[in-house]
Amino acid sequence: MLTILYDGIAYGMLLFVLACGLSVTLGLMNFINLAHGAFAMAGGYCTVIVVNRFGVPFALGLPIAFLVTALLGGIFERTLYVHVYARSHLDQVLFTIGLVFMAVAAVDYTMGSSQQFVQIPEALQGQFEVAGVGIGKYRLLIIVICGLLTVALQLILAKTRFGSRLRAAVDDQRVARGLGINVGVVFGITFAFGPGLAGLGGALGAEILGLDPTFPLKYMIYFLIVVTVGGTSSITGPFFASILLGIGDVAGKYYVPKLGAFVIYAIMIIVLIWRPQGLFARGAVSR
Amino acid sequence: MPILQTFQLEKRFGGILAAQNVNLAVEPGARHALIGPNGAGKTTVINLLTGVLRPSGGRILLEGRDITGLLPHQRVRLGMARTFQINQLFLDLTPLESIGLVVSERLGSGADWWRLVGTKAAVTDEIVEIAERFHLADIMHERTAILPYGKQRLLEIALAFACRPRLLLLDEPAAGVPEAERHELLATIEALPKDVTVLLIEHDMDLVFSFADRISVLVNGAMFVDGAPDEVARDPRVKAVYLGEELSA
Amino acid sequence: MSARADEVARYLKRRARWSPLEIAFWIFAFATIWLFPGKYLILKDTAILALFALSLDLILGYAGIISLGQAAFFGLAGYFSGLVAKYGFIDEPVIALVCSGVVAAGLGFVTSFLVLRGSDLTRLMVTLGVSLMLGELANRYSNITGGADGLQGVEIAPVLGLFRFDLFGHNGYVYCLIVLFICFVIARRIIYSPFGLSLRSIKGNNLRAAAIGIPVKWRLVAIYTVAAGFAGIAGALLTQTTAFCSLDVFSFERSADLLLVLIIGGTGYLYGGLIGAVIYKFLQDWIANLTPQYWQFWIGLVLVVIVLIGRERMAGWIGAVRAFFNRLGARFAPRLPALGGAGSEGH
Repeated sequence: MLTILYDGIAYGMLLFVLACGLSVTLGLMNFINLAHGAFAMAGGYCTVIVVNRFGVPFALGLPIAFLVTALLGGIFERTLYVHVYARSHLDQVLFTIGLVFMAVAAVDYTMGSSQQFVQIPEALQGQFEVAGVGIGKYRLLIIVICGLLTVALQLILAKTRFGSRLRAAVDDQRVARGLGINVGVVFGITFAFGPGLAGLGGALGAEILGLDPTFPLKYMIYFLIVVTVGGTSSITGPFFASILLGIGDVAGKYYVPKLGAFVIYAIMIIVLIWRPQGLFARGAVSR
Repeated sequence: MPILQTFQLEKRFGGILAAQNVNLAVEPGARHALIGPNGAGKTTVINLLTGVLRPSGGRILLEGRDITGLLPHQRVRLGMARTFQINQLFLDLTPLESIGLVVSERLGSGADWWRLVGTKAAVTDEIVEIAERFHLADIMHERTAILPYGKQRLLEIALAFACRPRLLLLDEPAAGVPEAERHELLATIEALPKDVTVLLIEHDMDLVFSFADRISVLVNGAMFVDGAPDEVARDPRVKAVYLGEELSA
Repeated sequence: MSARADEVARYLKRRARWSPLEIAFWIFAFATIWLFPGKYLILKDTAILALFALSLDLILGYAGIISLGQAAFFGLAGYFSGLVAKYGFIDEPVIALVCSGVVAAGLGFVTSFLVLRGSDLTRLMVTLGVSLMLGELANRYSNITGGADGLQGVEIAPVLGLFRFDLFGHNGYVYCLIVLFICFVIARRIIYSPFGLSLRSIKGNNLRAAAIGIPVKWRLVAIYTVAAGFAGIAGALLTQTTAFCSLDVFSFERSADLLLVLIIGGTGYLYGGLIGAVIYKFLQDWIANLTPQYWQFWIGLVLVVIVLIGRERMAGWIGAVRAFFNRLGARFAPRLPALGGAGSEGH
């Protein structure tokens, strides 16, 4: 049972790193980006290529994934997304679904449709025993990295000037602009960072989540659940939502295997019935 | 018995008290005006009265009946209708369709899905009558979005009127109306039947003092002064509030 | 009635009349039975897709609800109709069709309360979540549903005891087309009714709709239920004419493709789903012949391009084409929107 908890937490933290970029862009720009999963996939494949084919050490493969997808994110933002910011949510949904379809097909064409595996260094394979519980080494790495990232994100948001500008812009764009905050630059940096994190998550998660061209479609709903349940007005909301979902999914698949993801869908719907704005959102309208 | 009464009506937004201890009493048939400086909470009060906002405390009585918990459309059914400070119209519909909606809803046939619009004589008759009263008959078939602002404002009031309310809440009806179209608007308001009680929020003091028979002054979310127009006009505290002078303790 | 009221009543009745263009559309639609004898299967798929898209148009184009979950109703009724046929509960396909529609509408009613809460994103998630959940359930109970292999052994009795579904698809297509037409007529009636008008007002300004006495939530529940029923009928049609039902009826791709169909055709004037379905099927056929494996890429590209061009601009082009045909066809009173537009393009 503890193993399940452990695995669930690892899974949850991975989900968090993958999804928090989506949460921030949604909260910041009110932009529903269903293509977020495609960036994660890009990061995963990037690491696969770099580590498997060019023999770059795994430890370097991760930051490279981050940088490449951050760059991709920035380029996409300036060239494509910027045209769709002001559109209705329906348009954004359609646009990003279209991008996902294109990305999935493109990856299928170039890399083939079979699942890809990253060559993980010896040190990270296997597990060790702690008080009778099997602790997977790779999952430990995930927890450590994601934990550090979460703390770093929280510090950036709370303690730095960029963080406070970002929070201001999320809160009220017009007022932020009025205060002299360059919202466009904030958008740009955030929109590079979000996909970058997703890419890193994709690289980290390739081993656990399974990397193939259908990755964005399979996992997009998970990210969306994290964002919907966790709300978009903080980092802690999606964080707890991710952990909840991670544990729920692992436990669900273990105890009720044939129902698979049913458990988390049910959790999501129940949460949304109870709190339509998400578990941790700030107070919504009065009626 | 007053047609509308509020008891210690209160509304908090987090730490901000937008309305506090509002005790309002509107007599039947009255022309009651609610005035106050900007940000005093007048629109908040209207939103509380109509059910758009839920109060943090207090009660609202309509013709003696507690409506504090009712939804907006339920209050309309009980005889209260309102206009909005910024036009809230159905821009893609025509005035004919918009007024028709209201009348049809009121007469209980708004949910009919099997028959075509326009096949109930009672409804069409009334639509035309209201359109003519509000000088909208000529542009009845135009899309609301392209109508001139004065006509839109008339339609705004016509929609509320079509609910045949016993209490009509007008939120700054003259706001933004160009000088040329004001006269038509004001004359229409004056011509409202006597059996409809009117609660009016306005900034235009000429309109207020020519129209109202009772005035309540709202300042910082609280009722400040309440009385006949000449009393309120003479009250030094009202002048101080509007002109920003210091009140002597 | 005053003279003016009389004129208004006549104007409103005239507007709801079937325009010459609409009549031509349906004559052509039925004529395809004789015009394209070799293409029954794809025509039948198009008819089913058109009905499915119509169901989404009712809630998206007229009530403003963004949904990625119509597949839930499509799939539920699909399995229901397959199961009642397989186990002999209901033999007559028409009765089974109606029952499947009712079952789907029931699910629509129950889930409508979830869907009406929260923001666009919440709605998207809840609708998607419900259809994915149903997919998982269908997978779980594979002893009943056949799981990933699909529902096997379904035998459909002849319609009305007379018309058996054959391999060439002639009877299947006629069946689907007739059902599509009947549902369309019902939808058209609803849209032109006071109820339909109140939906458009809710979509346009739901604050004001409530302020004039419209019980907004109940109207939306009602149309969502009806739309679910239509989607269910489409799903049952698919199962009945193919004697098969599989898990992909619940998939995300199906809901996403449906959005695409509606976007291509345009929302808010009832024919968008139908026209979109025809164009989509044509595109699919054409692209699949060019690059069978990667057609998803081209569909994605179409979506991206459509959004970049802007639906308003496309609606403008469609509007210009329609206006042209209106001028050709309408010789009567002025301001007579044809093709069920009822005065607006509705986005």
